[in-house]
Amino acid sequence: MNRPIRALAVACLVLFLALLANANYVQFVQADSLNAKNGNKRVINEEFSRDRGPILVDGEPVAESVPTDDEYKYQRTYSDGKLYAPITGYFSYIYGRGGLEYSENPVLSGSDNRLFVSRVVDVLANKQPKGGSVETTIDPFAQQAAATGLQRLGPTSQGAVIALRPSTGEVLAMVSQPSYDPSTLANHDFDEVERAWGRLLNAKSQPMLNRTTQQTLPPGSTFKLVTAAAALENLNLDPKDMIQAGRTLSFPGISYTLGNYDRGNCGGNRITFERAMNVSCNVAFGALAGRIGEQNLAEQAQAFGFGTDPLSGLPSGPSRFPTGDLEPPQLAQSGIGQFEVAATPLQMAMVAAAVGNNGQVMRPYVVKSVRAPNLRVIEAAQPESLGQAMSGVNSDKLTQMLVSTVAKGTAASARIGGIDVAAKTGTAQSTRDRPPYAWFVSFAPADNPEVAVAVVVESSDTARSEIAGGRLAGPIARSVMQAVLDR
Amino acid sequence: MSMPTVWVPRKRRGAEFFLMILAVSIGVMSYCAVGLGAQGRVPAGAVGLAAGLVSLAVAAHFVIRRVAPYADPVLLPLVLCLNGLGLAMIYRLDLGRQQIDPERQGFAGPQLVWTIFGLAFFTAVLVLVRDHRRLQSVTYTFGFAAIVLLVLPLVPFIGAGVINGSRIWINVGPFSFQPGEAAKICLAIFFAGYLVVKRDALALAGRRIAGVDLPRGRDLGPILVGWLVSVGILVLQRDLGSSLLFFGLFVVMLYIATERSGWLVVGGVLFAAGAYFGYATFDHVRTRFEAWLDPFGDPDRNGQIISGLFGLAHGGILGRGWGLGSPQLTPFSFSDFIAASLGEELGLTGLMAIILIYGLLVERGLRIALTCRDAFGKLLAAGLAFSLALQVFVVVGGVTRLIPLTGLTTPFLAQGGSSVVMNWAIIALLLRISDQTRRPAPSVTPLDSDDETQVVKLGSPSAPAEIAEGPAGVPSAPEGGGGT
Repeated sequence: MNRPIRALAVACLVLFLALLANANYVQFVQADSLNAKNGNKRVINEEFSRDRGPILVDGEPVAESVPTDDEYKYQRTYSDGKLYAPITGYFSYIYGRGGLEYSENPVLSGSDNRLFVSRVVDVLANKQPKGGSVETTIDPFAQQAAATGLQRLGPTSQGAVIALRPSTGEVLAMVSQPSYDPSTLANHDFDEVERAWGRLLNAKSQPMLNRTTQQTLPPGSTFKLVTAAAALENLNLDPKDMIQAGRTLSFPGISYTLGNYDRGNCGGNRITFERAMNVSCNVAFGALAGRIGEQNLAEQAQAFGFGTDPLSGLPSGPSRFPTGDLEPPQLAQSGIGQFEVAATPLQMAMVAAAVGNNGQVMRPYVVKSVRAPNLRVIEAAQPESLGQAMSGVNSDKLTQMLVSTVAKGTAASARIGGIDVAAKTGTAQSTRDRPPYAWFVSFAPADNPEVAVAVVVESSDTARSEIAGGRLAGPIARSVMQAVLDR
Repeated sequence: MSMPTVWVPRKRRGAEFFLMILAVSIGVMSYCAVGLGAQGRVPAGAVGLAAGLVSLAVAAHFVIRRVAPYADPVLLPLVLCLNGLGLAMIYRLDLGRQQIDPERQGFAGPQLVWTIFGLAFFTAVLVLVRDHRRLQSVTYTFGFAAIVLLVLPLVPFIGAGVINGSRIWINVGPFSFQPGEAAKICLAIFFAGYLVVKRDALALAGRRIAGVDLPRGRDLGPILVGWLVSVGILVLQRDLGSSLLFFGLFVVMLYIATERSGWLVVGGVLFAAGAYFGYATFDHVRTRFEAWLDPFGDPDRNGQIISGLFGLAHGGILGRGWGLGSPQLTPFSFSDFIAASLGEELGLTGLMAIILIYGLLVERGLRIALTCRDAFGKLLAAGLAFSLALQVFVVVGGVTRLIPLTGLTTPFLAQGGSSVVMNWAIIALLLRISDQTRRPAPSVTPLDSDDETQVVKLGSPSAPAEIAEGPAGVPSAPEGGGGT
């Protein structure tokens, strides 16, 4: 009977080898894909109960994990959650992550491959792995100034402020109003989180929308920076050159006419290019758009970043300039930032920054550096150029036009004593039944700017007749610039 | 065979003792690590447990020294190691489950009591069964006992009704018991005794088709009965695992007894028929099969197997560490899914080590079968070893999605009193057979008389001598295959 027993032994060997091979398949080969499956409570629990790294603003944590007594061991807390929510995003057991909590999750949770060594050390020391920290580019004073400015417009007002450092593309301030407190979503009482999430999702004012990057609105007269840049580049215009202005712009064979905002005549039928900018003359810029042509104007918009999604790490969308055989009135309207032109505040800030930065567009970014738990820098952001939107000579000319717009034009509300400020207002119509959007873009100091700002106020507790970019949005931009310059 | 050098196995009891201390320390240290991992401190009962386990192990050791001094020295340490790991994991799952709901019943204490019962039963079997061949005389008693045990769960008042979809439990006073575990041993003894007697009839006749000797139609009776009993278990008790185990055990023992692979073919065909019948007839079989093919097709229904897989994946290569994973998230993590729980906390490394321990157990069992000198002992040892192998394959393979999931206990690891006690009995039987096998042959005065030799040769020249032996016969001289 030994022959069958030997055969049986071989058969048993095969059974056990199959078990061993299968264990390797499940626990090694398949492990990553199983860990990534939806609803894997172990992975969620583990991340939730880890010593997650902080998100820092100027060295101070705005999001950090503090030890608790409950089963998850750590509670994610947000100091000044509403103020920084557009940047930090949220960290929820049920609803996952948003913002930097989402995009920098590998570092914050400690699973990033660059943290491998510290992870191995933690395993050897039998410690729970710690996450690395993320330092943002945000300037807390600019951020606070922007938020205060928007709050002054009333509790139900909606708007956005974004500030960039023109020379690098660092985002110095990013405020969206209304905002939300991520702490309500990081709560360990999941019923409460569910209710909070429902409230945020159903709110008409969309508090979880990052209005600086996710929402495009007609930029109105602030788009005249793009049209002016295209005119300087393509028509070889000089600020002192006389261009067509007047009360209305009419088109051959069409009854439609384009008028000015205040039904005025811009100070004559022929005015200087610079004056057209100072008084934000729609007729002049509508006519310029026609001279520049659809193709050139679209290319100029693209050179500033329209049509691209330049920001990484936070949810954002591209801005749009319409193309495809525009009728002359449509092209003229596009030239003053109406018709189907739609831009995010981030995009308009990039335009202002590029004008101040000798025509060079810098890629905006919010993460300055990433550090391992032992504070070793594992990644430091390098400024990246997205290209030259206009020549340095022309950008100087445009800057001069914007400085005089502050000094003696519509953007007087941005004046700062002792410093040249370049700015442009905008008041964009959307539909007749809603108030216009008040815009303001600016940078300062004009010759070598440290900060460029874009402000948009969608709605405020202000009477409709009072709404104009200069009056509503200008002071906010001014206080943000002041905050950066005062440092 | 002139002047064979007599090979006398060493007892190796010292080595056994050393390995046993190693095995017990693994269990005790695991228990401490659970406390450290889950609660940050060594559990209060650690010293008591260590003292208890060590004294149990030492007691078992001295029982073996006394009543089975030549027994295999590796089996006991292997089993102690598994049992200790099982206790530590059940304790760990008690902590995890009570963290979710403090009212949950703890299983570690009762399991420790059952382990003590198991060792007591182990001792009783070793002491009472001084020679395994005595069991052969009560072959049919064991056969009858097996049938009674299998039917018990279906009897009103004794049967505990349908629990977790199966009718395999009985209530005896405050305890519930799975008689199928005991039936497994009874069946192995019955099959061994029955086949030793009938194997010639089953082996000799038949016809050869395509290189395989197939049995005659009229000899198919026993295998058909075995098959019908298995299908009966499947139909009446809804116990897929036991059904497969009993049938596999019978077919393999039939093959060993007759040395004819034709029985494997017949068995395979019958198994396929039974499996198809089960798939076509029973929803729970179909459910299991579909959960095996595509568990993520219906995540709600297949939550248990998915949670087990998630646990294994989360454990990865090195595991989360004792007390640091979340095995309690899986339903029945302490019994059916204890292999997944161990894989989560000890990782691939730990799970492979545990599978290897089982592999070694089976290997030692089959080695005992190979070296055993009597046919009954050979069949019994091979049957018991194979039942262990098949059970481990079915349950660990099911949990790790190698094969469809069927409900069987993981020997020595899983929570469950009947399983622990009966598996200890299996080890006692294997040790008993190995003691007989490795014991030096009693110094028999050489048989010089031709007459007496002649008497022996009058029997069937091809049949081994032990068939003619009575149950209480003296050990015969080693035959060709023995002593290697």
